[in-house]
Amino acid sequence: MTTTETPPLPTTGRRQVGDSVFAGAAKAAGILILVVLAGVAIFLVTEAAPAITAAPEDVPGGEGLAAYIGPLIFGTLLAAVIALVVATPLAVGIALFITYFAPRKLAQTLGYVVDLLAAIPSVVFGFWGIFALAPALVPLFGWLEDNLGFIPLFAGPASSTGRTMLTAGLVLAVMILPIISAISREVFRQAPALHQEAALALGATRWEMIKMAVLPYGRSGVIGGAMLGLGRALGETLAIALVLSVSGGITFNLISSGNPSTIAANIALNFPESTGLDVNTLIASGLALFVITLAVNMAARYVVNRRADFTE
Amino acid sequence: MSTPTPTAPSRPEAAPEFDLAAESGNRLPRFAGWGLFVLGALLAAAPTALLGWSTGLFVVLAIVVGTVVTWGVSRAVEGRRKSTDRLVTCLVSSAFAIAMVPLFSLVYTVVSNGVGRLDAEFFTSSMVGVIGEGGGAYHAIMGTLIVTALATLISVPIGVLTAIYLVEYGNRGRLSKWITFLVDVMTGIPSIVAGLFAYALFALLFGPGVRLGVAGAVALSVLMIPVVVRSVEEVLKLVPNELREAAYALGVPKWRTIIKVVLPTAAAGLGTGITLSIARVVGETAPLLITVGITTALNVNPFDGRMATLPVYAFYQLTQPGVPPEFGINRAWTAALLLIILVMALNLIARLISRVFAPKTNR
Amino acid sequence: MAKRIEVSDLDIFYGNFKAVEGVNVSIEPRSVTALIGPSGCGKSTFLRSLNRMHEVIPGARVEGKVVMDGQNLYDPDTDPVAVRRQIGMVFQRPNPFPTMSIYDNVVAGVRLNGGRMKKSDTDAIVERSLQSANLWNEVKDRLDRPGAGLSGGQQQRLCIARAIAVEPQVLLMDEPCSALDPISTLAIEDLMTELKDRFTIVIVTHNLQQAARVSEQTGFFNLNGVGQPGRLIEFNPTEKIFSNPDVKATEDYISGRFG
Ligand SMILES: Nc1ncnc2c1ncn2[C@@H]1O[C@H](COP(=O)(O)OP(=O)(O)OP(=O)(O)O)[C@@H](O)[C@H]1O
Ligand SMILES: [Mg+2]
Repeated sequence: MTTTETPPLPTTGRRQVGDSVFAGAAKAAGILILVVLAGVAIFLVTEAAPAITAAPEDVPGGEGLAAYIGPLIFGTLLAAVIALVVATPLAVGIALFITYFAPRKLAQTLGYVVDLLAAIPSVVFGFWGIFALAPALVPLFGWLEDNLGFIPLFAGPASSTGRTMLTAGLVLAVMILPIISAISREVFRQAPALHQEAALALGATRWEMIKMAVLPYGRSGVIGGAMLGLGRALGETLAIALVLSVSGGITFNLISSGNPSTIAANIALNFPESTGLDVNTLIASGLALFVITLAVNMAARYVVNRRADFTE
Repeated sequence: MSTPTPTAPSRPEAAPEFDLAAESGNRLPRFAGWGLFVLGALLAAAPTALLGWSTGLFVVLAIVVGTVVTWGVSRAVEGRRKSTDRLVTCLVSSAFAIAMVPLFSLVYTVVSNGVGRLDAEFFTSSMVGVIGEGGGAYHAIMGTLIVTALATLISVPIGVLTAIYLVEYGNRGRLSKWITFLVDVMTGIPSIVAGLFAYALFALLFGPGVRLGVAGAVALSVLMIPVVVRSVEEVLKLVPNELREAAYALGVPKWRTIIKVVLPTAAAGLGTGITLSIARVVGETAPLLITVGITTALNVNPFDGRMATLPVYAFYQLTQPGVPPEFGINRAWTAALLLIILVMALNLIARLISRVFAPKTNR
Repeated sequence: MAKRIEVSDLDIFYGNFKAVEGVNVSIEPRSVTALIGPSGCGKSTFLRSLNRMHEVIPGARVEGKVVMDGQNLYDPDTDPVAVRRQIGMVFQRPNPFPTMSIYDNVVAGVRLNGGRMKKSDTDAIVERSLQSANLWNEVKDRLDRPGAGLSGGQQQRLCIARAIAVEPQVLLMDEPCSALDPISTLAIEDLMTELKDRFTIVIVTHNLQQAARVSEQTGFFNLNGVGQPGRLIEFNPTEKIFSNPDVKATEDYISGRFG
């Protein structure tokens, strides 16, 4: 091997220009994310400010910002809660089915199939909601009004198009189903095998094993997953904008044609034609939505992460 | 999907071959789980046929009666514990079956309504001068391609670099903890809020009422960046540390190690993650509705005024179909079908990438 | 071109934990130096501090001096990347780059440093390095196949070829044979004997016979108790260590009367 006189080790001066440039770029990208998020908050506040400070009679509806946004927040929460109540038990059932009951060979494929639901664009869910789900639910609404009308939720009069709050909530439920079931599957899969085997060794049936060794372990994961689903449901726009027939304000009546809108749907429907203070008002409502989803998502992350710490 | 399928207990480790009830001798035969459920479902069929109930009602009734029959018989023959197990099996299987109903119904509705206009004209003409029949989504398809490509161009470098920072440079320090947390928060931003942000940003720059393709791309980027960061981070973590050390020990600087060793090793995962993140935003409607708007003619310049995009096109064709409405509504369905095809194709490509380009180690 | 390494008062830390303490040693050029000692006593840690691979681990740091050729490797002005170019390393588990062919693996060190070379030059480097690593005859017909497709012993020799392709002064090897069968182990031991004419070699091994077979000098590391830092107890010519060590602990360890 040719022996060349080796140069002395180079010093810091010319070293790693590439390294500092690259590290700097990576760091800058990370910081940009902080900036973007701050930007979202700042720009929303800036553009919402005129509506917040405006005289009540200038705000759409003529009774001030709170009166305008209030029913929207109510509608948003109502639709999301319906979705959550319907989707969570179903999602847990699906997760249990895929993890413990389905034939081993099929399990992965079934998981993919459920995930397909998550891939469908929300505008398509909206189409399906109007044209397939809503008409299919009309007879059910009639039946509910006739037989359970004494419950305020089903007081009626039943909508003849089916485009009600309950329909919107059900569409949302289908949309958040894959989110909750994916996280539930994850936590069920991580339940310690040792406990499960111990339970089986004691002669437990499959369900007893799940009750003893899986559900206690997965509970906070499921709660976190449900809250992430809630966050998604709160912000869902197009499906609701299409499905829900809006008129009137706050009501718990789920099957009539008079429903409050949701924040997101209201923005989507009114923004394109709005100018001036109307735009600021819509942005102010968007700010409210941002704050609500932020709170829900942070709480969800907290619950999910606490579980992760606990696991380690 | 009207007959949900409770599966026979076929998992050796999950299905104990003995329990107290079984040991005392009473055990239903293997096919009983199925058989009883179908029996119950048939019981539900009788009133359906007589009273002319709808399919949906029949499915619900079949599940309920099937479950009750299975549980009741098992309870009588096998005892409480075994019957509870069967009850739960019926319930979770039904949960899965119920989730499949909307999926199949949705795909069926969209395909059957959408194939009608899936013709050459749909792909080649725009909506200029079209009121009723005819017209297409050429301009919207182009718009979606341009806006999505632009969003990808913005999100991928930022997302990949951020992930590189978190995995390679962050050292779990304060900044990287903050970034991780905020990426999580960003994942939860509603798409309409992302749209409002982009609008507010561009309204400050260009005055109120602005509609630009690039504003839509920025809105989509807000939704896309966290997805990219998350998936790239996962992939980079999978690259074994030994490879980094091997490169360092050869006197390769860190940045070259990342570019020449870490990223190529993770290439398949990167491709998959980025493709999935595109799939995530390509069907987004709300942010484009308020930032990009809609046009009837082709506009390929994202820096100059409104553009048409496929999801927004679908929305407006449905809500403002023109006269007579059926032509617009048909175009809307075809656009929806096209969107589903696009998203599914992207998902398929993602899966193929991870299959085909996975590093060929046979260790 | 092989060089001497002088270590003085070296303390090595992982965060607040002091893993190795007070090492003073002079490693001879053109020879094989073996490091032995019980598990966890800091042999790998010490070895990795010789080419500044130690500091790659978050929180890891070093106090003291490592001098090669009159230059302190831990001088604040010294570029760790340049140090590693001159002091190469072979790891316990073979780690060829999975995305690269055998050929590309060998020239990885040259190419990844941005060197633009003519095909004939890289061809020469590949042949020479693989010859030196006693691997040429086995792989010369399939240089374009993935490096990860070789057997474990071949992969390890490929890693050695890759390390010597950049022509370092010193070659550090951390238990290079522990994942290999006896035949591959012998192949690599022979290789070390050949390579020591050109490189300074430091090897960590748990195999005392191996240390006795291949090395001129041997260092024995030990630690007094759990959580205590490891120390270099004895450093002497191999013959002396294995026949008549100065320290009682060394003798106990060598003769298997340890612990
Ligand atoms: N990455 C690390 N972070 C913290 N402590 C570490 C790390 N690596 C090693 N240590 C600690 O440093 C001490 C020395 O470890 P080292 O790996 O150098 O031992 P060794 O002599 O090479 O052992 P073996 O013969 O098992 O390879 C041990 O107490 C170990 O726990
Ligand atoms: Mg070691």
